[in-house]
Amino acid sequence: MRVPLSWLHEYVKPDLDAAALAERLALTGTEVERVVHHGVLSVEGFVIGRVLSAERHPDADRLNVCRVDLGGAEPAQIVCGAPNVAAGQTVAVAQPGAVMPDGTRLRKAKLRGVESAGMILSEPELEIGVERAGIMVLGLDGGKPAPGTPLADVLPLATDVLELEVTPNRPDCLGVYGVAREAHAATGAPLAPAPWSEDVGTGGPVEGAAVAVETDRCKRFMARVFEGVTVGPSPPWLKARLMAAGMRPISNVVDVTNYAMLLTGQPLHAFDLDRVAGGRLVVRDGQAGDELETLDGERRRLDPEMVVICDADGPTSLAGVMGGARSEVHAGTTRVLLESAVWDGPNIQRTSTRLGLRSEASGRYEKGLAPEQAQDALALATRLLVELCGARVAPGTIDVDPPGGRDRTNRTIRLRDARVSGLLGAPVARERSAEILSALGFLVDQADDGLDVTVPAFRRNDVTREADLIEEVARIDGVDKLPATLPASGLAVGRLTPAQRLRRRAADTLAGAGLHEAIGWSWSAPELADRLRLAHDDPRRAAVVVENPMSADHAQMRTTLLGSLLDVARRNVTHGTGDVAIFEAGAVYRPVAGRELPDEPYTVGVLLTGAVRAPSWREPAPPAADFFAAKGVLAALLGALRVAWALEPAGEPFMHPGRAAAIVLGGADGERIGWIGELHPSVAAAWELSGAVAAFELDLDRAIEQVPGPVRYTDYTSFPEVRQDLAVVVPQAVAAAEVVAAVRAAGGPLLARVEVFDVYRGAQVGADEVSLALRLAFRSPERTLTDEEVAERRAAIEAALAEQVGGRIRA
Amino acid sequence: MIERIDALRGEGEAAIAAAATTDALEQARIHYLGRRAELPNLLRGVAQLPPEQRGAVGKAANVARKALEQLIEARGAELAGAELERQLAEDRIDVTLPGAPLPPAGGLHLLNATRREIEDVFVGLGYTVAEGPEVERVYYNFDALNHDPAHPARLRTDTFYVADDVVLRTHTSPMQVRAMEQHPPPIFLIVPGRVYRRDSDATHTPQFHQIEGLAVDEDITLSDLKGTLLAFARAIFGDERQVRLRPHFFPFTEPSVEVDVSCFNCKDGLTREGARCPLCKGTGWIEILGAGMVDPNVFGYVREHGYDPERIQGFAFGMGVERIAFLKHGVSDLRLFYDNDLRFLEQF
Repeated sequence: MRVPLSWLHEYVKPDLDAAALAERLALTGTEVERVVHHGVLSVEGFVIGRVLSAERHPDADRLNVCRVDLGGAEPAQIVCGAPNVAAGQTVAVAQPGAVMPDGTRLRKAKLRGVESAGMILSEPELEIGVERAGIMVLGLDGGKPAPGTPLADVLPLATDVLELEVTPNRPDCLGVYGVAREAHAATGAPLAPAPWSEDVGTGGPVEGAAVAVETDRCKRFMARVFEGVTVGPSPPWLKARLMAAGMRPISNVVDVTNYAMLLTGQPLHAFDLDRVAGGRLVVRDGQAGDELETLDGERRRLDPEMVVICDADGPTSLAGVMGGARSEVHAGTTRVLLESAVWDGPNIQRTSTRLGLRSEASGRYEKGLAPEQAQDALALATRLLVELCGARVAPGTIDVDPPGGRDRTNRTIRLRDARVSGLLGAPVARERSAEILSALGFLVDQADDGLDVTVPAFRRNDVTREADLIEEVARIDGVDKLPATLPASGLAVGRLTPAQRLRRRAADTLAGAGLHEAIGWSWSAPELADRLRLAHDDPRRAAVVVENPMSADHAQMRTTLLGSLLDVARRNVTHGTGDVAIFEAGAVYRPVAGRELPDEPYTVGVLLTGAVRAPSWREPAPPAADFFAAKGVLAALLGALRVAWALEPAGEPFMHPGRAAAIVLGGADGERIGWIGELHPSVAAAWELSGAVAAFELDLDRAIEQVPGPVRYTDYTSFPEVRQDLAVVVPQAVAAAEVVAAVRAAGGPLLARVEVFDVYRGAQVGADEVSLALRLAFRSPERTLTDEEVAERRAAIEAALAEQVGGRIRA
Repeated sequence: MIERIDALRGEGEAAIAAAATTDALEQARIHYLGRRAELPNLLRGVAQLPPEQRGAVGKAANVARKALEQLIEARGAELAGAELERQLAEDRIDVTLPGAPLPPAGGLHLLNATRREIEDVFVGLGYTVAEGPEVERVYYNFDALNHDPAHPARLRTDTFYVADDVVLRTHTSPMQVRAMEQHPPPIFLIVPGRVYRRDSDATHTPQFHQIEGLAVDEDITLSDLKGTLLAFARAIFGDERQVRLRPHFFPFTEPSVEVDVSCFNCKDGLTREGARCPLCKGTGWIEILGAGMVDPNVFGYVREHGYDPERIQGFAFGMGVERIAFLKHGVSDLRLFYDNDLRFLEQF
């Protein structure tokens, strides 16, 4: 909403410059996006002139050499290119030194050898109109304004303009007078009476025109008939105001409707009554087959959700959005039917969205206007049509309510003093509340414990409760004045839950292990499942589908983090960062049969590719990330959470078949919470990744559920540990975990720890054998172990290895 | 005999003193004290001497041997020390070579680091932290937050739908109602998480992060909101900050305000060089979030859970994590947060 300050000043004139007024409005709830200047930067050098003579330029057919009386002793010689310049005209002149709106400073010039001391002006040159055919002619027959009169005394040459961002609850501020009311309340400057308070029209029935309203989507339809209308250009002041407010002047009749809309916030539409077939309008919902050519020349197909205004020949106007070409006011129009109607806001918004057609009118209607506003705008426009278009207003006013009746709610709300201070945390005097509410147009009566406040029609939708009144008082009195206090939150103890702290610990562990956290999109492409070679019945194919995605790549919610991790890896490798170690922690989305909302398990994904460390002079070629690099990260992660876990060989369709495992909680046969492995080379290649790509993904919430409570202290000082190494040769097919499990079982409770610390394949063992070196630690919490006890356990372990995994002890 | 012992001792002492290396010293030891050396042999031969000589000769030989042993030990320590020094002096490294690299440090994404920083401020102020579902019912996302059935935010041009009455949440505010359904007042809660809106340009990404705040009790005021956000702004942007409330409109708060923090990049809108501050555009204030007193209509949806709008009141606020991170770290384009370029991630 553009509000020219010069226009606003007709109704309220606070003693503040544009910037100060903008700040005051911003701090009372009317956001000012910016203050711009419209028109010339300075009025210096712009004067009234009278053309004394205009003669053909000796060397140019299209130029005239004029002698122009500017009020000085000698007339000025000005060369003018306009075809309409003629002796006797009163014109607008820019003298040398004047600065035009675009910033250029006018100088004396020679045009084809003839001196020119200034410029006779056209409307666009002053940004006060759009007539490009010639200069502005302000009079023909001498008289006032006299030559030499400052042009600014005659025409609005310059004004600051406030560009407001009006919140959707305040359609009353989509009119200059509504903004004036706000400025009045915000600054205390007096407010002039509403420009519609005087109505030259009359009530009662109208002859020669009729309106029927058949839909409740019309909230009120008012209209008047005007005769003897002379369509022509609007006076300069009117054109200038429209220009400053951001609208193009068209013709006096149309300009009056726009002017009244800009001032009242209520749109109007003028029909050429002679082009309303049958002289009768019917307002109804659209029907199949309805079509209409709107004023912009587009042919529109209507639907039953749209409201259309029809005459005897069918649709002739699209209600609330745009008039129809067929009944448009034109140069020869003499009879006008002026519509001032109110429409259902959401319906107008839908129509405007559906047709991709936004207008000044629809932008106002969609916020929901009060039916009473129709009366105001009609009164204002009636006066202007009579004054500016030579029209006679026919007796009577058409005023039709919808079948369901018109909203006449007249709400009175009690505003309790105690509630004001209780909600704000600081008191506001009752007199001050009354002053503020009155200034905003509310009616205020005293009550025992506060005020009884009656809401004006133009705030009916917005102010319905005591809290709404408190907001009105608070914003005008100044929320910036409130003290800064803290709630007395005696019972509130702030803390993270154990699960939240463990999520943080998990992320910290991964970051500490050298990984960077990425944040990917929650969406994925439906093709991801194919690129990951998921089986047709893989549960990860069942995704939450977005009905209106921004792009096909984001058409569903992700069911795995792997897609976005691969995207991030590809992006970095393509941009020259070949060594990538990243993780993401966040939701994946799994539809659940029979439930409205999906599961959103908190999942962690890790991806490693390229060197595990930066090369250095000690290690010019550090190893590339592989399965065991990822497993090391996994061990660090689950170790930090202190959950027991294991891997079971198990494939995923997107993984290297020999380097893949399932992550299980507890020991073997525990709950599967994820996968780990190296990606299948052809899957990696689909993301342009050539080396090994190691990754894992697991459901962190399920891991966290297994995190034990507070760790209990274990005595480690009283009885020493006995450590022994053991080398066992087993067939290649035996997994290290099976060996460890056999050792653990045979070692019994005295075996405190066992771990694999070396792996050997080669000449010293058989071709299909592998030698594992194990470190054993025996301990008892109750006594120092004897050599015999340890030897006995070791013998049991050796026997178990031979028996269960075909192991033989290496000397 | 005694003379011979003295002579051997004298020779031995001279040889030990003359030994220039530990090897030479060892040669001297073997020569004078070794298995085949004369002095030990003299000692061994004492038994064959006449009894009257045995005492004197034995004693003299023993004294001489011990003296030589001590000298060898002392000289040995001296030589070993000198030799170690020589060796160390030769064992010279190029101290200007780079150190052996530690595993490179990783890090949290700037958005999550910022989220934690904000969480910690509010945990310190007595708030708990809750997350809610990102795929959310229209009821919680719009209806129960007092959005008019025709509110434009509901449009499919603005909001992602996965079903007629299920959306990707457009803000973290739905958790207000969910939390109040689960806990009677008082409630002091923040809700961090991902949210989604159909918008994409340098200042909007279709997915972004918000942190919602909700404080409800019998006597929480708009002034308390101001104080709380002042504490927050100072913790995040510096102890000198001020906050300013500007009236605004949101469907689920009444009164509603936008909150500005005094610019930390300039003084009164001017940078140190006297130019108009690019961060606050010369106004001295930066908008950081929207807030307000919880609208009574919202309490109306949870009235039976202990939230009688006549008795209960409180404030709510919602801030964008991207915006806070962008302001604090000068990230010029919000899309950088989602590119996940390591050259970006490694900076923070």
